[in-house]
Amino acid sequence: MDFFDRFAVPHPSFLIYASMVAIGLTVIAVLVGITYFKKWDYLWREWLTTVDHKRIGIMYLISALLMLFRGGVDAIMLRAQLAIPDNKLLESQHYNEVFSTHGVVMILFMAMPFIMFFFNFVVPLQIGARDVAFPRLNAISFWLFFMGAMLFNISFVIGGSPDAGWTSYFPLAGNDFSTSVGSNYYMIAIQIAGIGTLMTGINFITTIFKMRAPGMKLMQMPMFTWSALISNLIIVFAFPVLTVLLAMGTMDRLFDTKFFAIGDGGSDMLWANLFWVWGHPEVYILILPAFGLFSEIISTFARRNLYGYKSMVASMVVISAFSFFVWAHHFFTMGQGALANSFFSITTMAIAVPTGVKIFNWLFTLWKGKIEFTTPMLYAMHFLPLFTLGGVTGVMLAMSAADYQYHNTMFLVAHFHNVIIPGVVYAMLGGLTYYWPKMFGFMLNERIGKWTVWLMSIGFVLAFIPMYITGLDGQARRMYTYSEATGFGPLNMVAFIGAGIMAISFALLVYNIYYSVRYSPRNIGNDPWNARTLEWATHTPVPEYNFAVMPQVKSTEAFWDAKKNGHEIFKGKIEKIHMPNSSGLPFIMSCIFFVFGFSMIFSIWPLAIISLLGILGCLVYRSFEKDHGHYIPVEEIEETETKLRGAK
Amino acid sequence: MKIDHSLPLEYSTEENRLKIFGFWIFLGAEIMLFATLFTSYFVYEHRTGNGPSGAEIFEITPVLMETILLLASSFTIGLGIHAMRLGKQKAMMTFFSVTLVLGLGFLGFEIFEFVTYIHEGAGLSTSGFTSMLLTTLGTHGLHVTFGFFWGLSIILQVKKRGLTPETANKSFIFSLYWHFLDVVWIFIFSFIYLKGMM
Repeated sequence: MDFFDRFAVPHPSFLIYASMVAIGLTVIAVLVGITYFKKWDYLWREWLTTVDHKRIGIMYLISALLMLFRGGVDAIMLRAQLAIPDNKLLESQHYNEVFSTHGVVMILFMAMPFIMFFFNFVVPLQIGARDVAFPRLNAISFWLFFMGAMLFNISFVIGGSPDAGWTSYFPLAGNDFSTSVGSNYYMIAIQIAGIGTLMTGINFITTIFKMRAPGMKLMQMPMFTWSALISNLIIVFAFPVLTVLLAMGTMDRLFDTKFFAIGDGGSDMLWANLFWVWGHPEVYILILPAFGLFSEIISTFARRNLYGYKSMVASMVVISAFSFFVWAHHFFTMGQGALANSFFSITTMAIAVPTGVKIFNWLFTLWKGKIEFTTPMLYAMHFLPLFTLGGVTGVMLAMSAADYQYHNTMFLVAHFHNVIIPGVVYAMLGGLTYYWPKMFGFMLNERIGKWTVWLMSIGFVLAFIPMYITGLDGQARRMYTYSEATGFGPLNMVAFIGAGIMAISFALLVYNIYYSVRYSPRNIGNDPWNARTLEWATHTPVPEYNFAVMPQVKSTEAFWDAKKNGHEIFKGKIEKIHMPNSSGLPFIMSCIFFVFGFSMIFSIWPLAIISLLGILGCLVYRSFEKDHGHYIPVEEIEETETKLRGAK
Repeated sequence: MKIDHSLPLEYSTEENRLKIFGFWIFLGAEIMLFATLFTSYFVYEHRTGNGPSGAEIFEITPVLMETILLLASSFTIGLGIHAMRLGKQKAMMTFFSVTLVLGLGFLGFEIFEFVTYIHEGAGLSTSGFTSMLLTTLGTHGLHVTFGFFWGLSIILQVKKRGLTPETANKSFIFSLYWHFLDVVWIFIFSFIYLKGMM
């Protein structure tokens, strides 16, 4: 039985047992459901083996929404625990696990796939391409991310969750202080998902550089595509650092290397340094596409060209370069000396300049525009003031001398939620509402949508503004409880209520999807928002091949100019189209990766070796496989086109 | 598949051009990977704990042998690609085979070197320095090992299918990879071994 002991949860509680039962029942229900409705074949053919960027995008979206739910439940538990002084809801160990997984899940398994969804769904359509450069690699990216995320998510019912924070600093995350396999999960699950992300980066850089529609110069790309390009460049340069870092952490935990050990020449500070050399660019990987989405939304609903296109691009390039030179501002208090702190203080504050340029560009886009307050636009309008507030507190934190007061307090927690929620999350939800009709052929309900935005913002302000105050008063982050004498009680109760309102807002979003599936009118045409870029020029739903005829582009807003100035974008006649074949290999290989990761986490070496050989076998199979894709004949394209035109 | 005959075979289709471009981006990521390893190595260089230092364990003979073998293999794969451009399949396969044999020789010496280190008490878990040294060298060595099997499967495909746009593309990309490993080795040789022995 010794073998099975390792799978037991080290700190079981009623909540965890209940989750086990719930997970078991859900899995059984899903399997039975698929079998009952005879959907296995459909699922395999149309989804698990697909290499279509639109479908992969939708799978990213589903994963992101599921993870948003999971990370959200974690958040509610945290706020509930802190709502009143000396609360006994969670014990300290459980609290540590919950804030660790909340951070990892929200950043890496919610926000990342959410932006991947937009990359996948939007970028090829915006640049007038038929797919990404490497469709099969794209499927591998998705499935590796998915398996990494699933591996991470089973940790709390098998073997125990990571409990050393989302930053997983050593020596706390080392074997001496984190005795469960939780930190192994952290190292290996993120590694697997990270490999997938790196491949996405390579794929999209190639796609954007090499597959733009004829005539589209780099400085004519839609702003979201620009942001995707910059973001993917950061991915390619930042993620290898994470790869090395996690490998070192894994070896410290599994093979007793001395990288981050306290004695024997180890250097635990190197973890913090390397983590943030990746971690700070990572937050720009998330926020730049969010800026791109807001640029699209604001210029669409202000009915104006984006103000300062060139300065928008330049500011993103500057931000991406600076993002690699600010990492030490995450640990000003760790004693690297005044000179280093001053340097990182200045670089950090300097980032506010290009970001400010962007804020003013959006404001000038709105200036004299015919503003239409749709749900996506409402998200953007709430984003501007709230995000600016987060940016300003960021500059406060950037001052290294003053940071000694803020460091590791709730002030910091309030700051980064203040930029991530109004910045990234609003962009994701606004973008989701904006692109929903293109994906599914009907709009989300506007009335419910606006309620969602308002509740989200009210909840957000109530949840996080109090944290600035308690943080300045000295409430430390990651502290599982506090005494009544500290006086933090009332404000934390307000924060809990705010978190509850945000949860209601999320529920409303889910209800909106349900409601709109049932009642929203179909036949909305290809361009329901009267938008400006190429993705709205093709049919809804988008056919497999995206564009029957390759679009010809002459300006930044090709579709708008086609509508208003009579540019013709679809010239020439339909020819047969070359498309990639579906393949089960990405899914199968990623499943083997899952087994490999699992056996590494629990040090089951024979299985690890077998699964590693399986992965290599998949690579060899792929190398020898002959796969030249297939052609869609002209007649079939014409038939599809007629059908879609009729459906308008 | 449109084939453009004015370009070398490995660049002749759109898909091929995309793959070569994408692989250059991948090499960019690899540069970051090794840059991180080197930076970390410099951090640990003198953090030897109770273990030996670089000067105590480095020996010039196996390192020189490894260097000569790997640099020679980079030369032969260059000749292989040259032969491929001339359409000489047999010469190309010969040069590729020689490359892989040289790579195998390199790995042999590296394994010998590792065994010696471990005998001298410089194992993976001895000190921060030895952990980092073996990890940096090991990452490069794993790349060479992976490259060996990759190259082998490419030779088999060229043998079976001849020089097509597809196989030429694979061979060319493989040669980029192999040259890259050589460049990394030059850095290892200069900044780990020579610096450590001085």
